[in-house]
Amino acid sequence: MTTPPPLIEARDLVKSYGAGQAPALRGAILHLAPGEILAVTGPSGSGKSTLLHCLSGIVTPDSGSVRYGSERLDQATETRRSELRRTEFGVVFQFGQLVGELTALDNVALPLLLAGTSRKKAHESAGEWLERFGVRGQAALRPGEMSGGQGQRVALARAMVTRPKALFADEPTGALDSLAGEQVMTALVHAARESGTAVLLITHDAQVAAYADREATVRDGAVAGETGAEVIR
Amino acid sequence: MSTAHILLSLLASEAGHGYDLKRRHDDRFPQARPLAYGQVYTTLQRLTRDGLAEVAKTEDPEDSGGPERTTYRITEAGVQALRTWLSETVPAAPVSAASEIFAKVVAIMASGFGDPADFLRDQRAAHLTRMRELTAAKTAPNATLSAVLSADYALNHLDADLRWMDTTAQRLDALAQEVRTS
Repeated sequence: MTTPPPLIEARDLVKSYGAGQAPALRGAILHLAPGEILAVTGPSGSGKSTLLHCLSGIVTPDSGSVRYGSERLDQATETRRSELRRTEFGVVFQFGQLVGELTALDNVALPLLLAGTSRKKAHESAGEWLERFGVRGQAALRPGEMSGGQGQRVALARAMVTRPKALFADEPTGALDSLAGEQVMTALVHAARESGTAVLLITHDAQVAAYADREATVRDGAVAGETGAEVIR
Repeated sequence: MSTAHILLSLLASEAGHGYDLKRRHDDRFPQARPLAYGQVYTTLQRLTRDGLAEVAKTEDPEDSGGPERTTYRITEAGVQALRTWLSETVPAAPVSAASEIFAKVVAIMASGFGDPADFLRDQRAAHLTRMRELTAAKTAPNATLSAVLSADYALNHLDADLRWMDTTAQRLDALAQEVRTS
């Protein structure tokens, strides 16, 4: 079996957030294969979040390239990059960033509604994804009425509802206790495997990284080492 | 941990013969090494000799058409021994592999053979590989809760080793100085 081309490939990324500040990335190289789960670990301030932001098109690097298929994300317009984040990428942070005024069901339906799906179909799909993440019972609740673990599972359902090619998760279990974290990770891994979604997972927790097929360690703005093997699915 | 006490705990809920006890043990402790039949039978004989278990019945091979099977049950003395064992806390001693990892780091420094940082990096990779295997086992769709909890126990210990290795890796220079001057 030949290795498929990477889904996203970043080369020689350099990124500074301001003049006089030490660069957050200094020559980082990383790829994400289709359907693989990749953990990115490293000490605080090593540049792992900036790496995620560059690969998902949230920011563009000062130099270096980010390829997504035949597209150059580092050269794409902000409009195109945010379109990709609505349709082909999912993003989840440590705190789910759900819309506080909307119910769980409406939060999950939102990306589909923005993409022009009918309200009925969007709600049907949203319900199925809540079910898959074990939070269907919370469909009518607003984020403030849910536990941290439930909120994160709703956020993941929202990120997965468009069946993205890539899911970017920055410390998705960072604010949860270990049992809630385990439930979130198990649901995430199962959903990603079923949908063939590649996951780039940032974590400082080795037990969370162990859910991944491969781990890349970031130090001082560059990828310092890798363990595990790319899994071809 | 003794196999005798574990077998007593299985007999406490239900009498059983050797093969049955082996199967129940392997189901309950999926991450442990499967019990060998020979070990089950010698342990049952020892428990019987010590009065902690006794023969409940022996099936004649002529009646069952199978091999001769002896069913064992726990005795009152066995119940007492089991209760005593269960009420004792386990020594809070470090049981992980970290002590050997530490010994090797110091030995590398003392002998000058190899680089302790390389050793720690390779050991870290070995730990992570095992943690991925355990995580895959516990998230398998048919994993029992016993399998999950058993994997969690191993994962938490490996994680503790990893954290120790990470802080040690950052303090190798200071440790090298200490090893050299002592």
